[in-house]
Formats: sequence, structure tokens, C-alpha cells
Amino acid sequence: MYQNKLVITKGIDWVMIWLYAIIVLLGLVCIFSVEFKPTDNFAGTILAFKKNYSKQVLYLGICIVFAIFILLTDSKLFTATPNILYIIGIVLMLLTFFIGKNVNGSRSWIPLGFMNLQPVETCKIFTALALAKYLSLPDTDLSHKRVQLIAAAICFTPVVFSILQNETGLALVYFAFLIPMYREGLPPGYLIFGASLGMLLIITLLFPPLTLTIALTVLALFCIYFLRRKIRRNRGLLMVILGLWTLSVLFVGVAVPFLFRHVFQKYQSDRIFSMVGRDNPFVEKTAILDVDQPPPKKLKGDTENYNVKQSKIAIGSGGLFGKGFLKGTQTQGDFVPEQHTDFIFTSLGESFGFMGSTILMLLYIGMLLRIIFIAERQRSTFSRVYAYSVAGVLFFHIAINIGMTIGLAPVIGITLPLMSYGGSSLLTFTILIFILIKLDADRQMVLR
Amino acid sequence: MPVFNQSRKNVIRLIFIAMFIIIIARLFILQVISSKYKVLADDQGIFRKVIYPDRGIVYDRKGKAILQNMIIYDLMVVPSKIRATDTTLLCNILGIDTTEFRKRIVTAIIKNKSYRPSVFEPLLSDEKMAKITENLYKFAPGYFLQERPVRDYPYDAGGNILGYLSEVDTNFLKKHPGEGYVSGDYAGKTGLEITYEKVLMGQRGIQYHKRDNKNRLTDRLENGKYDTLAIAGQNMYASLDIELQELGELLMENKVGAVVAIDPRTGGILAMVSSPTYKPRLLTGSERKKHYAQLLLDPRIPFLNRTVGALYSPGSTFKTLQGLVGLQEGVITPTTTFLCTGAFYGCGKPMRCLDPGVWALKGAITHSCNTYFANVMQRVINNPKYPSVDSSLNVWARYMRAFGLGHKLGVDVPSEKGGRIPTAATYNKIYPGSSWNFCTFRSVSIGQGEVETTPLQVANEMAYLANKGWYKIPHMVDSIEGGDQFGLLSTFQEKHTAVNIPDSVFEAVHDGMQGVMETGTGRYAKVPGIIVCGKTGTVENAYRGVKQKDHAFFAAFAPRDNPRIAIAVICENAGFGSTSAAPIASLMIEKYLTDSIGGKERKDKVVAISKMNLIPPRLVKAMRTQDSLMHSRDSAYLMSKGYIRIIKDTIGLAEDEDDAEALDKLKKDRSKKELPPKDSTVVKTEAILRAEKKRAAIKDSLIN
Repeated sequence: MYQNKLVITKGIDWVMIWLYAIIVLLGLVCIFSVEFKPTDNFAGTILAFKKNYSKQVLYLGICIVFAIFILLTDSKLFTATPNILYIIGIVLMLLTFFIGKNVNGSRSWIPLGFMNLQPVETCKIFTALALAKYLSLPDTDLSHKRVQLIAAAICFTPVVFSILQNETGLALVYFAFLIPMYREGLPPGYLIFGASLGMLLIITLLFPPLTLTIALTVLALFCIYFLRRKIRRNRGLLMVILGLWTLSVLFVGVAVPFLFRHVFQKYQSDRIFSMVGRDNPFVEKTAILDVDQPPPKKLKGDTENYNVKQSKIAIGSGGLFGKGFLKGTQTQGDFVPEQHTDFIFTSLGESFGFMGSTILMLLYIGMLLRIIFIAERQRSTFSRVYAYSVAGVLFFHIAINIGMTIGLAPVIGITLPLMSYGGSSLLTFTILIFILIKLDADRQMVLR
Repeated sequence: MPVFNQSRKNVIRLIFIAMFIIIIARLFILQVISSKYKVLADDQGIFRKVIYPDRGIVYDRKGKAILQNMIIYDLMVVPSKIRATDTTLLCNILGIDTTEFRKRIVTAIIKNKSYRPSVFEPLLSDEKMAKITENLYKFAPGYFLQERPVRDYPYDAGGNILGYLSEVDTNFLKKHPGEGYVSGDYAGKTGLEITYEKVLMGQRGIQYHKRDNKNRLTDRLENGKYDTLAIAGQNMYASLDIELQELGELLMENKVGAVVAIDPRTGGILAMVSSPTYKPRLLTGSERKKHYAQLLLDPRIPFLNRTVGALYSPGSTFKTLQGLVGLQEGVITPTTTFLCTGAFYGCGKPMRCLDPGVWALKGAITHSCNTYFANVMQRVINNPKYPSVDSSLNVWARYMRAFGLGHKLGVDVPSEKGGRIPTAATYNKIYPGSSWNFCTFRSVSIGQGEVETTPLQVANEMAYLANKGWYKIPHMVDSIEGGDQFGLLSTFQEKHTAVNIPDSVFEAVHDGMQGVMETGTGRYAKVPGIIVCGKTGTVENAYRGVKQKDHAFFAAFAPRDNPRIAIAVICENAGFGSTSAAPIASLMIEKYLTDSIGGKERKDKVVAISKMNLIPPRLVKAMRTQDSLMHSRDSAYLMSKGYIRIIKDTIGLAEDEDDAEALDKLKKDRSKKELPPKDSTVVKTEAILRAEKKRAAIKDSLIN
């Protein structure tokens, strides 16, 4: 018993705990400032659990219970159970197809009474554990195709379900697992290939396909011209160039239009195009089918999404030092939609300005670098892979969420870790982080 | 342990830090460098509410408020909150049907959305207001009353002087940049309201309110830290005697003309009646637009302030000044006599005179002898002192200008005209090559022909005579509470004494004017117990070449010693001055000097004069045509609007604004079409009539 008491705090990384606590409290302050009106009775609302900020306090309480529970358990539990947990996660996701609750057009929520659980969200934990478990097996080497395939299957099975549930945004987060995989030896070619594919995608969005095809052809001809000596020696190189050219042209002319017409919802492709400042070129073609409703006339330059515009106004009006706590006119006037969840950063940006935003960013980057530091001091592959998974997921969430509030990323509806209102999100990140803290606390033990 | 990949941690770190730097850079651009978002945020998040201060109050010389503020209420509606209210009751109170009700609600929603308040019925009448306040609890919270300050005229007199407010137009906004006006504001349109706009408007305050995403105002920004207070407009004290003004308006009823009374000692205007005038209250309140259209279409042009804006030949009242010039130039003495045999033969063709005899200055003024003054002016013009007729006429004109004629006096009532005193240049233009001499303009000697004055100038001329040689610029406002910050009153303090004429000269003229009241043409204007110096005038005129009945003129000051009032009265086309203009002046003088009208006989006279209808038949006819025209046009208009509109109008339902505007426009267009532009100018300058008058004057069929 005496020993147990020691176990809770022994070896705990206090820097992580502090970073966690500060960010969560900052999140509470921001949610409070979004919702609190000067006419409200503070004590009354906080106890009634009717307001979002009081509910968030309740969720935080639940999270603390979970955190203590995690710190009390034996860390061997996490190395022993990933397979079962992963299967449970997948089952939960399947369950949403039957008992799912429709929130904002996606049936990805399971009502639990006191809160709604989003399995895609929680499944991140299980996927991270499962990936860590698989990669820490003695004979896994990510340079082998078979290992790569299995790892990819572990990471991307939830993605498939998520897309089927109309939650494309959260599905994208699973690409974060490429980071631990890269760390564990995934050939960098994948990342380079992925990055160039991403570049090509963005260029495709910016320019019409015909122009791009011509540009690609010219590029290919240039390559052939400059490499003509090497090509004479090695015919294979020509084939590679021609192959790449064919792939690119197919991607530009066939894959991207297919993606936008058949995979993405209309609102999603709208958002993506609104980010690059263009009208959605695929919209007219689908609208023809809709004879009754003529496509609404849009003014040129008015393509910027309303949310993004309001979000930028709120953040941009904050200035260097912000307008002060509870003094934000945009926040008080409810101009930013979904401000307490996905756009919580706007509240901080308006109230505390550039200084406040920078401090939050420093806290986040501090947390990310701390996780890498923790990861690198682990003896077991399991802990390291898991730590990198946490870092990757956090990184993806932060980059996309803040990016979308300031117009750098499409609005895909993912939360800002530990800041956004919502029990599901807060609980997920709490568990992710505290499992990491627990694993780190037990790093002296030999784990497999 | 795959230690060999450890260097990859740096790649990952690099990716993280790169993301961090990109976001920070973007935030820096958004929040620190760009000011666009701050402006956008203020535009949508902050509402600048302008707080209108009370306009200044105008008091008369006895401290009675003559122009003040009043609160009228608008009935406001929030369409999203009216579900549970008793619509039938409301419709009954307002006298509208459910179709109209629905229409108004729909309009409100279209204009202002259903969750924001809109005006349901503007400017409630007292009766409706009483009924609604009684039942207001039944209509809450969907309906509420909103204050709207309007101008109030406690005496309902002096419309032409006090003026009214109207919504500013784009022209006004262009002319007054940076003075805080925005479209929708009200500003003085005429009268004192426009002259003293800066004084009366006060200083606007600004309240900053927060606004939410549905454009509703929430609370004050930072508890009003940036707000500025509104400062009320300054009150003004006018020299006007409102009771005298009321009497003047009463006496001038059913007449076309003007009355101006001035306190000669201060130049303060005591009464300024232009007839026909309008009741200023007609232009406040709910029926304002309708009344405005009616007044605008009246062929007697009630909006024209004839006291300063209409030009008349002064007629015989001018003779007093002719006498002064003659005496001062030394061409006559008070004892110089001229023989009148019934006409002036100095220029071949005789100019008739009604009073044959031998007259000195006093008698000539008393009996208004044309021959005498023709001789005087002939001597002035042909004075061997001056080398040519040109120079002597210009010397004469300089005197007249010094007496306050031929130029704008600078009164604080707007749209003043300057009048005309002919100079050598005038005749050189009409008769090129200096082919003119005294005989060309001999009618000027008796105040006809090219001489044109405003009634105000004539009253001021009397003040000049009363003061024996000086006048102060006539003005309406004596003082401004809290000081004259804009220097608007400074010119009114100065004495104008351009020509130094000895008192004895004035005494001679005064004698003559006193004689007018005792034995001459002004016998009807006697005031019991007061020595009045006066002068009648009968001015020939023509309208579009057709000779009209004479204008009646009377100008006077009283009492002779220490004069306290100088007055000019003109009744257009009223015939002899002694029967209409003179009694009006006499009653006005009595009222002002004794503070009341004494005795039954005098009181009956007030009623009799007030009822005396002297409206020229020409105008009566024009008014009738206008009425029937309006009637037929209105019917046609209503027909075109369809059956429902006719029914509504027949049972007396209030027109809504849009329709009223449309009707106004229709009427305006019509007035433009029906009265050819030439005609309308003639109506306006009815008292001016340059070409026609000259012709009539030269005909020498002049009397008096």
C-alpha cells in the first residue's frame, strides 16, 4: 500500500503535467469568455452545468479521474491489451452505423447520456497503441513491404469507417501516424512522394487542368533534354520520367476531379477551394443535375468562407496585446460560428492578441518538443512509437486547427487539443497524454 | 533497437518548428501588420450611436417661448414578438384593416428583419397616443413607443420667420462636410432655423454600443469609456413680439402683402408678417407631408417671405427720402415752394398730380404732391455742381444706398433680396449712348419705375428717419444664451450713419409725416393719444402687361419723440393705401405701444380688417383652377391605383408614406407642367414686374 502511493508520482514528467494543466485552464478561460455575458450570474451558471464552460469543468473532472486511474494502473496493461482495445475501437465505430447520433450531418456520435462519445476520436488512442505494439514486435522492419502494408492497415482502417460516416476531417488526422512510422524507418521516399502529391494537389486546385498538363509536358521534355546523355546510357530513366509524367497527368486530369466529384461532399470541396480563393469548378457540373435550384450567383472574391472570414476578423482585430478578457466585440457579438469548439482559438486571438496567441503556440511547441524528448529517452520501442504517435496526432490537430482559423488550412472541423469545448476531444487527449506520462514514468522497467 | 534512425528525430523537430514559425508569421501579419481586420471588426461589432441633443429654444422679447421642442411618439414593432397580441384591438385604435396591418408587418420584416424594431406608425396623434398608452400592456412586448423629438410652435405663428426642419439631402451633406451630419438627420430648412443652425443644433454626442451577429445592440462598449456627451443647442432671445406678430397675421388674413415692424433704437424686428403665411404647426407631426404639398401648390406662394423676398416699388413712401436728398444737396430749403397746377409739366408730357396748390416741403409730404418731388429730383439731377447727369444720378443713388436701399441689409432671416436703386449704369444699359436725361426716369422721383425695395427696407427707411440719421441692421435675434460663439450677431450692433444730415432737415420731414396723419392721406391710421409720423403710398403695377389694382403702401414710425416702432405695411392690389394698409399699421402701433387694443370700436376694427378680403381676383381664380385640377388629377391617380385605394381614401384611411411620396411627386411634376416656367416666375415676382411696370409708369397715369 505504501509503495502504491509512491507509484503515482514516481518518475512522472512534471513539465508535461504543467503544460497540460496550463493549456486546459487556458481553454476553460476561452470557452468562458465565448459564452459568458456580463448579465449572467457567474456562480449560478457554473453550478447549473447548463452552460458550456460549466459542462467543460465537469468534463475536466471526469478527465482527472481517468488520468489518476491511468497513473494508478500498471503500465504493463497498455503493452498487453492494444489488440483487444483496437478491436473494441473498430467495433465501436461500426456501432455508430446502427445507433449513431446525427450531429452536424455526420453519424459518428454515440450518445452516453452525460456526453456524446465520438469513436473516431477515441480510436486514435487504440490505433496509437496498436501501431506501437506492432512496430515493437522483434522482427518488424519498416523497410519491408509486408510490414509497411500491415502498419498502413492498422492506421487507415479507422479512416475508411470515418469517411463512410461523413467525418473526412477527423479521418485526415490518421495521416499523423506517418510520423512515428517515419521515425521507425519508413523509407523517406513515402514522405517525399506524399509531399509532392500534396503539392501537385494544391497546384491542381489553383490552375485549370489543361494549363497544368501542358506545363507538366514541357517539364518532362526539359528533363529528357537535359538528361539526354544519361538516358542514352540508361533507357530505364526515360521510362521513369515518362511514367511520372503519365501519373501526374492522370492525377491532374482524372484523380482530382474524381475526388472532388465523388468522394468529397460539396461543402468540403467548397471549403477547400475557398481556402485557395477560387470558385469551386466542380460545382456547376453537379448543379446541372439539380434543375429546380439554379446555382446561387456568387460575387467574385466573395468565395471566402463565412467562418474563415469571421475567424480572421476576430483574430486580426486582436492586435498586439488584444482587447482584454471579456472585451472582445466579435466574441461577445457571436460573430464567429462554432467559436467554443473548432474556432476557440479566435477567442484567445481577439482577447489576448498576438502576445497571447504566441504564448499558446509556445506552450504547444514546448509540449511537442517535450514529447519528442521523452520519446527519445525511452528504452522500449513501444513507448517511443507511442510517444511519436501522440506527438504526430497533436501536431496534426494544432497545425490544421489553427491553420484553418487563420486561413492557412481548409475548414475540416477538427478540434484544438485541450482547448476546444467537448468532452470527447478533451478525454481523448487527456488519455493519450497520460498514458504517455505513465509509460514514461515506468521507462526504467523493461517493457516489450 | 533501431538506433540507426535516431537522426530522424531532428527532421521531425524541424517539421514541428517550421509549422510553428509559419503560424506565428501568419499571426503577426494578421494581428500586428494588417489593420484591415480591426476596421472590419469595428464595422460589424461596434455601433456608433449618435445622441441628438435638444435643439435650442427661441424666446420672444418678453421671454415667451416661440419655438421649442416637443416629444411625439412613434409606435414601434418587433415582428418576431407579436404572436400573442390582440391585433384587432390595435387595428381599431389605429383605424387600419388587417390587410394594411399585414402589409406593414411584411414591410417591417423586409426593411429591418423580424427581430429588430421597425416603425409601425410614425408620429402618433394625441388621440391615438392616449388610446395606445391605455392598452400598451396588451401589446407588449411586440409593440412599444419610441420618443421622437420634434419642433413645437407654442403660438403657431411666424412660420415664415421661424422656419422648419427637414431631412438633409445629399446636396446639404456635400456642402457641410465634417460637421457631423449624416443622411437621415434633420437640419433647419428656412427661417431662423437655418440662419442659426449652428447655434441651435448643439453638439452631438456619440455612444458606442456593442452589436451582435444579428445586428442587435447589446451593451455599451467598455461601459461608455469612449462616449462623448451631447451638448444641447443654445437658446436664443428674439426681438420679436409674438403677440404683435399674431395680431399682424390676423390683420393680414385674406390679403396678399407684408408687414414689418422694427424697433428703431435697436434694429430689432418686432413683427414680420408675410401674407398669406402658413401655420408652422402644419409642418410638424404626422400630416406634414400632405400639408407641405398643399402649401407648395398654393398659387399665392405662402412659402415666399414677402417681407424680404418680394420687391415692390416704394411709391410715395419714397418721397420722404427724396425730400432729404433735396435738402442735403441744397437744391431746396424747407421753405422752398413749387406750384402744382394739377400736373408736372417739366418734361413736356404732363405727370398728373392730385393736389393742386403751392407747396413747401411739409405740405408736399402731407399731400404727397408729385409735382413737388419731380421738381426736387429734377434739381438734384440737373445740379450744375456736377459735370454730368451720370455723376449727379450716381450721387443721388449713393444717398439712397446709405439709407439702406438698393442692397441687402443683412437681416438674419434668409432669402433676402437687395432691391434696386437705379444708377447711371442702369440707364446706360437700357438707353445706350447716354440718350437719357431726368425725364427718362422722372417716375423714380415719386418711387415708381426702376426703384424696387423690400418691405423690410421700407420699414428700415422709417427707422432711419425716426432715428434722424442712423439705423442698425434689422435683425430677429437679440442675444444668444451662453454667448455668440459663431459671431453671428456682431454686425447688428453697429450704427449705420453714412450721410451726416442735420436734425433740422429731419424735423422738416417729420413735420410733413405728422401732417399726413392729421390732415393728409393717413387720417385713417390715427392712433388715439399717440403722435404718429407716417406716409401712405399707392403703387401702380401690372401683371403680364395687364394693369392691376394698385398696391397699398403705408410706412410710419411712432411716437414722434423717442420713436419706439417703425413700420411698413403693403397690401397687394388693395387700392388706396389709406383704407387697408394704414389702419393695419395703426392697430399694430397701438398694440405695440400700449400693449393692447383699446376700446370696442378699435377691437371691432381688428375683426373687420381681418375679414376684409383683398385677395386679387387673379389669384382667386388660379386657386380655383388649381383645386379642381388637383381634384380631377387625384381621382385619375386613384383610379389608376385601383379600386381598393379609392375605398381606403374615401373612408379616410391614412396614406402610407410611399404613396404620399408618390402623390407628392405627381403633384410636383404637374405643377411644373401646368405652369409654364415663365408664368411661375411671374407669379413669384408678382411684386417686381420689371418691364411691365416701367411701361405703366412711363404712361404717366400716376396718382398720389
